Amino acid sequence: MTLAASNRSPILRVAMSRDDLMMRLGVVLFAVVLLVIVGLPLWSLLAKAFEDRDGKFVGLANYVSYFSTPALFDSALNSLHVAAVCTLIVVPLAFFYAYALTRTVLPVRWLFQGISLIPIFAPSLLPGLALVYLFGNQGFFKGALGGPIYGFDGIVIAQIFYCFPHATLILVTALTTADARLYEAADALGASKLRVFFTVTLPGAKYGLISAALVVFTMVITDFGIAKVIGGNFNVLATDVYKQVIGQQNFSMGAVVGMVLLAPAAIAFLVDRVVQRKQVALLTARAVPLIPKPKLGRDLFFTAFCTVVAAGILVILGMAAWGSLIKYWPYNLSLTLANYDFTNFDASGWDSYFNSVEMAVGAAVFGTTLMFVGAWLNEKTREFYLMRGIVQFLAFLPMAVPGLVLGLGYIFFFNAPNNPLNFLYATMGILVVNTVAHFYTVGHLTATTALKQIDPEFESVSASLKVPVWRTFGRVTAPICLPAILDIAIYLFVNGMTTVSSVIFLYSSDTKLASVAAVNIEESGATAVAAALCIVIVITSAAVKTLHVLADRFLLGRLQAWRRR
Amino acid sequence: MTIFATMRRAAVLGGVALAAIAISGAAFAQKTKLTVYTAIENEQLDPFKKAFEADNPTIEIAWVRDSTGVMTAKLIAEKDNPRADVIWGLAASSVGLMAGMGMIEPYTPANAAALKPIFKSGKSPETWVGMDAFLAVVCFNTAEAKKGNKPTPTSWADLIKPEYKDSIVMPNPASSGTGYLTIAGWLTIMGEEAGWKFMDALHQNVSQYLHSGSAPCVQAAKGERLIGIGFDMRGATEKTKGAPIDLIVPKEGLGWEMEATAIVKGTKNLDAAKKLADWASSPKANELYGKYYAIVANPTVKSMPPNYPADGEKLMAKVDVDWMAKNRERILAEWTKRYDGKSAPKAK
Repeated sequence: MTLAASNRSPILRVAMSRDDLMMRLGVVLFAVVLLVIVGLPLWSLLAKAFEDRDGKFVGLANYVSYFSTPALFDSALNSLHVAAVCTLIVVPLAFFYAYALTRTVLPVRWLFQGISLIPIFAPSLLPGLALVYLFGNQGFFKGALGGPIYGFDGIVIAQIFYCFPHATLILVTALTTADARLYEAADALGASKLRVFFTVTLPGAKYGLISAALVVFTMVITDFGIAKVIGGNFNVLATDVYKQVIGQQNFSMGAVVGMVLLAPAAIAFLVDRVVQRKQVALLTARAVPLIPKPKLGRDLFFTAFCTVVAAGILVILGMAAWGSLIKYWPYNLSLTLANYDFTNFDASGWDSYFNSVEMAVGAAVFGTTLMFVGAWLNEKTREFYLMRGIVQFLAFLPMAVPGLVLGLGYIFFFNAPNNPLNFLYATMGILVVNTVAHFYTVGHLTATTALKQIDPEFESVSASLKVPVWRTFGRVTAPICLPAILDIAIYLFVNGMTTVSSVIFLYSSDTKLASVAAVNIEESGATAVAAALCIVIVITSAAVKTLHVLADRFLLGRLQAWRRR
Repeated sequence: MTIFATMRRAAVLGGVALAAIAISGAAFAQKTKLTVYTAIENEQLDPFKKAFEADNPTIEIAWVRDSTGVMTAKLIAEKDNPRADVIWGLAASSVGLMAGMGMIEPYTPANAAALKPIFKSGKSPETWVGMDAFLAVVCFNTAEAKKGNKPTPTSWADLIKPEYKDSIVMPNPASSGTGYLTIAGWLTIMGEEAGWKFMDALHQNVSQYLHSGSAPCVQAAKGERLIGIGFDMRGATEKTKGAPIDLIVPKEGLGWEMEATAIVKGTKNLDAAKKLADWASSPKANELYGKYYAIVANPTVKSMPPNYPADGEKLMAKVDVDWMAKNRERILAEWTKRYDGKSAPKAK
């Protein structure tokens, strides 16, 4: 991926070894898989941007008609506005939270870390519902915002809640892999704390900061769930897609807006290329991990900061939990457990919940394997730049695509009568594949980041000892990256539990998912039941995450022991 | 008992279990499984399925249910390789659209002759047959009205009075079929010019255009808003659950839509699909629809589900369905130009 090679003095071209050949073959195979699960389905929808409703080619006519609608500029500006504001709030907030978690001594650090993850466990419906309970016209704090919750304010608050853990996760990773020797050196040279922060800490986390900003920005731009529930009249591009596709079944126009939405992805991709060029391995074979030492003033300040942020998250979750127990908001506030008896509200009842668990486990297993092996192939293959560039681009695409666009693309591609893969359609399999594709980017980034942090020295040594690459992969690379691998698996699991926008087109009679059921239930007016289903999903994901943390601490501790001094 | 004996026993037990599964599978396989796409409400799925299967023990219904917009988009996207056998309970305008695209297998169900004429496609054989009609009514929250001392509206003209400023929600017609039938109803009753003038005035009182047809009455029921213009049945069920709302049928008349049944062209289970289409237009089925909707296709079935407005059927606007379909893009473009995207914060 890096172009650093071009800076090196030109060396003699070494004949390709069998390992090189195998790796290249692997990259090609991997590119084909990505093409099938991401590229082709997207294209089969986006190509409709050039067709009229009857499928006749009309060139750019749809673009002309769309761009001549003043509403587009409103929506595009609104999208950019809300995404920029959210990014500017979330990234610093997440940075200081991550800094507190990794560089200071917090009491009950594990608790703060756990709370910061809660939003990722929740369907995007949850913050919307909670905000209505809190700030709606019947809410506890109505009028506290000085205006209606529906619209810009509501979207921003809900998006901050929703994006915060994503940014925090990336930044914790970025801040964890610091080399203590740098700080020791700075200390020995008598650098001030502020100077150390700006010259050592920030540059070290630069890649993480940029990734976090890109992820938050594109997440806000492409999400329609929050805008739909709490956006009011505030039109954004993602709700425009919804109007065209769901409201008017105008796939051509939906594809046009989908294309417009790809712009942020293209930018993200370019930025990433530039940043990656400058990225060097942080974890050299000789690095020493940084372990924060207690310091009263700093620790008190960050404890207070984290407490405020964590309280904000808990208030939203708590409101939804309490709302799920209410009989009839706001006229009968007595409490009941009846809202958890889902069979009364949705024919598939608890079945949809178990479908969700099955699907999320499938996505975690299949997706993690694909993402890690794929990222490894792409990182560790030498040269072969064009193919690796294509892979990188395909891996970036899903982040920028609204789920509705991907889901429809899956119908067009996988349901085509002449597609040999159409046996997958309307099965649990297609939900798994679709979910993996939808959340591909972050998993791929995580794997790539983890792999980049491993000094290439490990591979060089293995190669010179004539150990085959796959053995180095199994004995060295994968074990070192086990924490990242588990992170990816958990990420896929929790997103599989909450995903809606793409799978809503793909489930069949016996594979309905809980997250979709929650949206349907909310639409039918049973807000408390929808909240209850959201809470069950949160509890499930939180339980799985707890198991992960315990496994991390007691099983993986041994594998990672070498990192410590 | 030796290890081997234990293993053999386990193998035998396993074999028995497998055989049992195979047999029950075979019994199961004798039933024809019909994939039915629908947008009927969640609580209707089980009763509808059970009632049909009781009369047709050899057929099993497998539902795929989502909102009207999602199901319509899904059906059209699957056009080249249809997965549904039957559509049972989707907006007639959606089904009409699909009939125009050649996606529907024409079939006149056994009981169609007995149904009210407007509940049929009018083609021979029929492309679709209606089940029940729903209206875009006014859901009015009496508890909030008392607090704010607001009068009860009885007509559309009442809704443009200044005392309802910022207290009305209605579906966005660009996102919701209910939204479109609402404004098509106004344009039909008032005529185009007066209709747009009315909407200009109403816009001053609308606080939000929502993305679903159910949401306005739900928000009115929960006191989020004083008035919601939307799907009547949702208002009635919320009232039954205890919401302090009244369902008002404005005296000028109102827009409506029906749910319809149709057979998907290309189904591999045509015989079973026809049986379902026959049953879905039977008096028995109409009685079932009547438990949820006040207006059903069969004229002899009289039913009044709880909390439904009584005089809805008389006030149904004489909407020309073809006109609605043909002018949809033009009307939505005009509507969007006038009212959508004007999201600048309004003076309070």
